[in-house]
Amino acid sequence: MEKLNIVDGRAYPFGMKNVDTDIVIPAHWLKTISRSGLGKGAFEVLRKEPGNVFDDPEYAGSPILIAGDNFGCGSSREHAAWALADLGIKVVIAPSFSDIFSGNAFKNGILTVVLPQEAIDRLMEVAQGLNGTPDPIHVDLEHQTVTTQFQDRFQFEIDPFRKHCLLGGLDEIGLTLGQADTISAFEARDGGARPWLVPAVA
Amino acid sequence: MTQLRTLYEKIWDAHVVERRPDGTCLIYIDRHLVHEVTSPQAFEGLRLAGRKVRRADLTLAVPDHNLPTTPRRDAAGNRIPIADPESAQQLAALERNAPEFGVRLIGDADVEQGIVHVVGPEQGFTLPGTTLVCGDSHTSSHGALGALAFGIGTSEVEHVLATQTLLLKQSKTMEVVVEGELGFGVTPKDVALAICGRIGTAGGTGYVMEYRGSVFRDMSIEGRLTVANMSIEAGARSGLFAPDEKTFAYLEGRPMAPKGAEWDAAVAYWKTLATDEGAVFDKTIVIDAAEIVPNVTWGTSPEDVVPVTGVVPDPESFADASKRAAAQKSLDYMGLTAGQRMEDVAIEHIFIGSCTNSRIEDLRAAADLLKGRHIAAGIKHAMVVPGSGLVKRQAEAEGLDRVFTDAGFEWREPGCSACLGMNPDKVPAGERCASTSNRNFMGRQGPGSRTHLVSPVMAAAAAITGHLTDVRELMGEKRGEMVA
Ligand code: SF4
Repeated sequence: MEKLNIVDGRAYPFGMKNVDTDIVIPAHWLKTISRSGLGKGAFEVLRKEPGNVFDDPEYAGSPILIAGDNFGCGSSREHAAWALADLGIKVVIAPSFSDIFSGNAFKNGILTVVLPQEAIDRLMEVAQGLNGTPDPIHVDLEHQTVTTQFQDRFQFEIDPFRKHCLLGGLDEIGLTLGQADTISAFEARDGGARPWLVPAVA
Repeated sequence: MTQLRTLYEKIWDAHVVERRPDGTCLIYIDRHLVHEVTSPQAFEGLRLAGRKVRRADLTLAVPDHNLPTTPRRDAAGNRIPIADPESAQQLAALERNAPEFGVRLIGDADVEQGIVHVVGPEQGFTLPGTTLVCGDSHTSSHGALGALAFGIGTSEVEHVLATQTLLLKQSKTMEVVVEGELGFGVTPKDVALAICGRIGTAGGTGYVMEYRGSVFRDMSIEGRLTVANMSIEAGARSGLFAPDEKTFAYLEGRPMAPKGAEWDAAVAYWKTLATDEGAVFDKTIVIDAAEIVPNVTWGTSPEDVVPVTGVVPDPESFADASKRAAAQKSLDYMGLTAGQRMEDVAIEHIFIGSCTNSRIEDLRAAADLLKGRHIAAGIKHAMVVPGSGLVKRQAEAEGLDRVFTDAGFEWREPGCSACLGMNPDKVPAGERCASTSNRNFMGRQGPGSRTHLVSPVMAAAAAITGHLTDVRELMGEKRGEMVA
């Protein structure tokens, strides 16, 4: 996984609430067997609307997405995170996220930042641009801040373990495999207590 | 004094491999279901890192999402090629990955094949008090048997395959209490829709639900599967039912359930799992069973629920501005106008199937209403897709397939089908489907499709009349016939 700390750049001023993962990536894109290339399908339905932010050349390649409440609800498909990653998004900022989506985002090196609605409203203005062209947004994971060139400064919370992994680009599976002995000890203990569980599949 | 715990807390505590200082726990996973859509990239990840599946004996693979629901073998037993190359590719990936990693695969033409969430309980793979995961959000279904079951993403699928564990934070607990007796014509699906309508699609976010009260105690296991299935539509990753005598009776003798002395020991343990009297939930929702009626959805979110006797709501009636905008958008998409009577909404497609409502009791209930009747002239296509090959076989043994086909329905092979339109079963743009599935999202049943979520008997009623219909009227006619 790539390391993530400072992300600086334009942000898609999206802001829509209750965006489910079918909107992020429609089901017919789930048919891939590889993780890359899904950016083409991201927000496919919304992109049919003229003037949508995702096809606005001003925002092409923006690393940040400003979203609305309850982003990523609905289906647990991780393709939503892959699609955003393939689009080049490294940070999504919203008032709240579905649990499954924020977990999937994290596992794919995308930072989800929760900020209050007032902060989102302000960041939407900055992302749209205060003087006609979009203004950049600065995200600093180490210091847990989102700042702008207009003196805005928002502090966010993040789970310390997630922060550690994102900063170090650490792969979760490798970390857990390092605890194989603890897992084996659990299996031995539990196998004594609930022998009927094994094997499930003969 | 020992601490009073809920069912969820008991299962959680029994699966903690390691607790970290920040409260994150490494949780052991007892059961892992794998299907063709969310696993290829997980197996790809293992292969690239040179890793193995830790416990293939706790893992079961079943294809379901992509399979066509038309026959899969020709008369000579050879596979009929799948027309869509991407579907064929995902299926082929599962058929290659399962043996390579030593995972048992139920094949596309095996009689045990079906939707993972129908197959798990049916095979006795799903057991009370277990942790069960699958790369699919409707894994919540298995909570009907008292399993802590939840959907995971592909990275987590890979994590479970490699380590048989997951890193998780404990959820908050919510009890959903429905007391009383369900009225005539009111089904578990209507209860699930009522809950979504009441608490909204984000109402359960961060919680594990436990369904409590007389309605759930009296409900069959299949009804409980319908309710637990839709926990995720109310925002909760898992929904639980305490295992009871009904659960044990359902599981006893299933192929993968424990046998003999192990069965007895298992039942004794399962009986200890119920929430302790006096244990505290973080949140309580109470619904009076008498208030629940046959429901339908009018919009593009499962929380957009109204009684079938009601009208399309006016977007202006919503307090919050974003809800008003969302409602207007939904109505435009659905081609409905505020104030329109739901019963006046004409339907062109009927879909009875999906992991919500494709089990034998669902099919029996729908067939019972359809017996001696025919789909209306305006219905372009009506289809029944059994949840598994075993459900299909049972239904055929009972003659239900004939009832459906005589009524004008197509009788199909098991799979996810038109629930999400990954296979050829799609609803055309702008056309309307009364569907027993769980999601009415924009484009879910095919680009531009319009979905109304209903129970199996309500789907059958709409098929008969050609519009959304209060099934109680048709049942009333039947009841009249029986009395006469
Ligand atoms: S039937 Fe529908 S909801 Fe259930 S697993 Fe299949 S696609 Fe998902």
